[in-house]
Amino acid sequence: MPEKEVILHVEDLVMYFPIKRGVIQRTVGYVHAVDGITFDIYRGETLGLVGESGCGKTTTGRTILQLYKPTAGKVIFEGKDLVKLKSEEMRQSRRQIQMIFQDPYASLNPRMTVEEIIGEPLVVHNMAHGKEVRNRVKELLELVGLNPAYVDRYPHEFSGGQRQRIGVARSLALQPDLIVCDEPISALDVSIQAQVVNLLEDLQKEIGLTYLFIAHDLSMVRHISNRVIVMYLGVLVELADRTTLYENPLHPYSIALLSAVPIPDPKVEEKRKRIILEGDVPSPINPPSGCRFRTRCPLAQPICAEERPEWKEVEPDHYVACHFWYNSKSLQQRR
Amino acid sequence: MAELFSVKDLETQFHTREGTVHAVNGVSFSLQEGETLGIVGESGCGKSVSMLSTLRLIPQPPGEIVSGEAIFQGRDLLKLSREELRHVRGAQIGFVFQDPMTSFNPVQTIGKQIMEPLEIHLGMDKKQAWDRAVEMLNLVRIPNPEDRMKDYPHQFSGGMRQRAMIAMALTCSPQILIADEPTTALDVTIQAQIMDLVLNLREELGMSIIWITHDLGVIAGLADRVVVMYAGYIVEEANVTDLYASPEHPYTLGLLRSLPRLDLDEKKRLVSIEGVPPVLFKRPTFCPFASRCPYRIEKCLDENPQLMLVGENHRVACWVDTKTEKER
Repeated sequence: MPEKEVILHVEDLVMYFPIKRGVIQRTVGYVHAVDGITFDIYRGETLGLVGESGCGKTTTGRTILQLYKPTAGKVIFEGKDLVKLKSEEMRQSRRQIQMIFQDPYASLNPRMTVEEIIGEPLVVHNMAHGKEVRNRVKELLELVGLNPAYVDRYPHEFSGGQRQRIGVARSLALQPDLIVCDEPISALDVSIQAQVVNLLEDLQKEIGLTYLFIAHDLSMVRHISNRVIVMYLGVLVELADRTTLYENPLHPYSIALLSAVPIPDPKVEEKRKRIILEGDVPSPINPPSGCRFRTRCPLAQPICAEERPEWKEVEPDHYVACHFWYNSKSLQQRR
Repeated sequence: MAELFSVKDLETQFHTREGTVHAVNGVSFSLQEGETLGIVGESGCGKSVSMLSTLRLIPQPPGEIVSGEAIFQGRDLLKLSREELRHVRGAQIGFVFQDPMTSFNPVQTIGKQIMEPLEIHLGMDKKQAWDRAVEMLNLVRIPNPEDRMKDYPHQFSGGMRQRAMIAMALTCSPQILIADEPTTALDVTIQAQIMDLVLNLREELGMSIIWITHDLGVIAGLADRVVVMYAGYIVEEANVTDLYASPEHPYTLGLLRSLPRLDLDEKKRLVSIEGVPPVLFKRPTFCPFASRCPYRIEKCLDENPQLMLVGENHRVACWVDTKTEKER
């Protein structure tokens, strides 16, 4: 990327979901799904967002699109704070930010034809009428590598990979600048995943799209991203360009996570030493005090329970939230 | 090494409203004592169905085991009476399923479910079974096993449930553990815990393992030998190092090239396999991979290749030598 232009700025974003109990649905607690995260997305890049289930990565994506009303924080897009927009204004902005969903079986209405699915955003936003819609849908189908003759078919007539292409075509209909890809390939078979990833990369080159790529597959994220964020239990733990993050991770969680990913080469696997994290991710309803990762961290000290570690730029463009980041190298040597 | 389990010409079909689906089409493989065999393939390739068929765990109907043998300790599992088979399943062959949430009975305690096979197969009384079950939970590293015995499955986390599942499969000290995608539903750090556990247990207990997965990464660190399946056929079989170092079948090659590598810093375009796997309503007279294959020659459409020996313990079902791109 030659020039870094911030397309989206997220600041101290918080999203709590109330837990309601009893007949009068009293709020008895909150799920701390996203708890104060700050980052930028640059125009034209692919920003990977990784973490395990329940870490808040999907909630982050949905909150950026205002599909959830955030508890606090700002989402600045083209100088406007999306959190403060009225619903009509937000609808206009949503034209520029679109989403691709995880499950291509659940995200397409089975009673609508391909034309209706892909054409719907065009009609809703008054971007095309009558015959134009059909022509535009045909163009979009061609763009994502599907036969334009398929316009009148229904979702069940397509395979998983083809359905995900339909989802991609729908997200492109309004010519957005930013696409939030929420685990777009995790429901697909290995040989089909590469097809969809190649399509996303081609489209980025052709139309100059920006992606926030949410996934749990760390190998795929390394492949597709320019920069990568690691999330754990509602907070960001590390952010760096992809080479730095994968070659020189500084947060103990990133180090352990990367060491846990199996590599398809028996010779490499034989020599690798894994850092096995004990126990499970704690509940986001009552997250640990101080550092969220301290209950499973091999480097944890008393201070980690008392103070939440600062989100710090420890090297240019390399952010880490850990009290002992300078000491985490010792873990890597153990690897 | 002695042969422990061998499957010959297994064929399984499902009779559906749309027609008969040929799920497993003449699959043969064997498992040696102390060996870990990986069975790799994508959804619908028949990897689970073939293992379930050998233990007659597929619903019949709509399923039908058309032919084949599954020889274990000199007996054909496909011909045993229900009662005899019941003593093989659970006691001598343990099974771990993909989804630990649905494979436990939700209204029985974990303890009761682990004790059950001990009482049925080994004739233990309640006290003995309880002690043995606690020992097993301890073996799979569940903290406070005595207390946890009284918990219900929903009180366990996903990783713990899979550990308990492994404990249950191992209670009667089976000679073979069959694991069907046991880590697919789990997060990567939990997957690492389970793989570490299985590797340690394998050393401690000296059992043989059949590990079914779609993940070529997981199998690289576990298996001694790997079988690759496609459309109900075995298309390649080799020792684990040979399979990754010199894959021969175009499908295996494609799978390995379509995977990005965590440990390599390259921004190459992924090689994708175009098209989708077929659903076979007829036994094909041609190679089922031919329509997606970049190496296809005319012969591939005329005749379905059998497995051919191409190296030491390395067999592949393909008419084309992918190294020279010429017909074999």
